[in-house]
Amino acid sequence: MKRHVHLVATPLILAALVLLWWGYVRAFEVSPLILPSPASVGASIVDLLQSPRTWNHIWYTLYETIAGFLIAVVVGIGLGALLGKTPWLERTLNPLIVGLQVMPKIALVPLFVVWFGFGPTSKVVMAAVLAFFPVMTNTIIGIKSVERGHRDVMTSLNASRWQSLREVELPASLPFILTGMEVGIVLAIIGAIVGEYLGGSNGLGYMAVAALNAFDVPGMFAVIIILTVIGFLLYALVVMLRRFVTPWHESVLITRET
Amino acid sequence: MVSEASASSPEIRLSGLEQRYRTEAGGEVLALTGIDLSIRRGEFVVLIGPSGCGKTTMLRIMAGLIRPTSGTVEIAGRPLWKGGARDDSAVQELGVAFQEANLFPWMRIEENIALPLKLRGVPKAKRLERARALTELVGIKGFERRWPRELSGGMRQRAAIARALSLDPHILLMDEPFGALDAMTRDRMNVELQRIWMMQGCTVVLVTHSISEAVFLADRIVLLSPRPGRMDTIIDVPFPRPRDGDSATRPEFQAIVRDLRKRLDAMS
Ligand SMILES: Nc1ncnc2c1ncn2[C@@H]1O[C@H](COP(=O)(O)OP(=O)(O)OP(=O)(O)O)[C@@H](O)[C@H]1O
Ligand SMILES: [Mg+2]
Repeated sequence: MKRHVHLVATPLILAALVLLWWGYVRAFEVSPLILPSPASVGASIVDLLQSPRTWNHIWYTLYETIAGFLIAVVVGIGLGALLGKTPWLERTLNPLIVGLQVMPKIALVPLFVVWFGFGPTSKVVMAAVLAFFPVMTNTIIGIKSVERGHRDVMTSLNASRWQSLREVELPASLPFILTGMEVGIVLAIIGAIVGEYLGGSNGLGYMAVAALNAFDVPGMFAVIIILTVIGFLLYALVVMLRRFVTPWHESVLITRET
Repeated sequence: MVSEASASSPEIRLSGLEQRYRTEAGGEVLALTGIDLSIRRGEFVVLIGPSGCGKTTMLRIMAGLIRPTSGTVEIAGRPLWKGGARDDSAVQELGVAFQEANLFPWMRIEENIALPLKLRGVPKAKRLERARALTELVGIKGFERRWPRELSGGMRQRAAIARALSLDPHILLMDEPFGALDAMTRDRMNVELQRIWMMQGCTVVLVTHSISEAVFLADRIVLLSPRPGRMDTIIDVPFPRPRDGDSATRPEFQAIVRDLRKRLDAMS
């Protein structure tokens, strides 16, 4: 019984929050320019979803997010594997990596717009840059945490570096890499949206800004909710990947403990 | 492989071996010292001794997994370590079964067993066929497609033994391979191992804590004493092969068991 409580509780909490929002707007007669009522936002969502232009923007944002994310995953795993297998290189580059990680990369958006233009490329780059770090650092951690006994087996079998990487280090890192990807997909969306906020005329980020500039506050809220749903779906997709990629792992049995 | 040198020289020769470990606290542990041992090709040698006396260390040195602090290791007449690097060709024909099963959790049992063959480029169908034959041999038939975590500790150990056997190794190093098995299965595995060894003519070095297992399997038993680990006695076990349950009841067999037990008791 307890295992299924969330199936009822989660929608109830969501409904309660919307009710609270509605009650607050009603009771204090909040100006719709500051906080529109749930009803007007709902109507706005329905309106938006009926317009093909909205779908165009959705595809734009999706494309930028997914392209950036995929680049981040490929480059992140590749570099992470290289650094994880080459301790001296990792030690050498570590200060640089930490520095880049700490740097507020969002501040680079204007620069990327200058470098890559107002089109989707600058957003893809932003999404990739943000999603890259968690994937890479988790790959390094994964490769370093291969059990000694497992290394011994490969050494006694005289395996080459490449064979060890393919048969042992990468599979052993997969649970870590997936955790990095879960963080990475969320950051990729943020990267794409912020890029759209600051430059160009496409995507949901642009739509939100455009709505605000037209004093269409319900419209802006509607865009944010659409964005949230998209983000949620992408995140859920990456989480589901775990089942297929690491069916052997405890985390797949004891569902979602990581 | 069969050169003049290897025909006349011992399969494994350890001389003046010493192993020190650096501890976390900055100190040093002398794990092994003064080890001199020659193992003939095709011989079955059993290492026995109290816990912590350096049996695993000695096996790891023979496997080329650690480089001894001093002394030399020769495999078939060739030094295992040459100028800081391991001579990989010396460990080509090596099968190792570790104290822990060390199966890879992301490979199914058959893939684990067939991994050594995969690394040598044996085609998939062929190596899986070999894996199936081996699961039958070690008594875990029917579990080929399972994940390691779905097997009991003893079954995992048997899968690890199958993996060590998959290459038909010339040298088989086994660290308490039957430690997690019940007495009945253990006796059966001992008979099986003797059969495999007689059939393939490989050289076996096996670590155990079981005195009767040692006497049942060994041509020679090397008794190690602890702190620091050194060679205490070498005992010849001259009984004819194949040995069976009856061999173990004979008075000569029992005499060696008693002698070994006395020596081991005196150490602790
Ligand atoms: N990596 C290591 N670092 C430091 N000390 C070690 C290391 N490995 C082993 N030792 C020490 O060396 C000694 C011998 O260890 P070893 O594992 O060879 O014993 P063993 O005879 O196999 O014991 P057991 O029968 O319990 O398996 C022990 O005192 C142990 O603490
Ligand atoms: Mg041991």
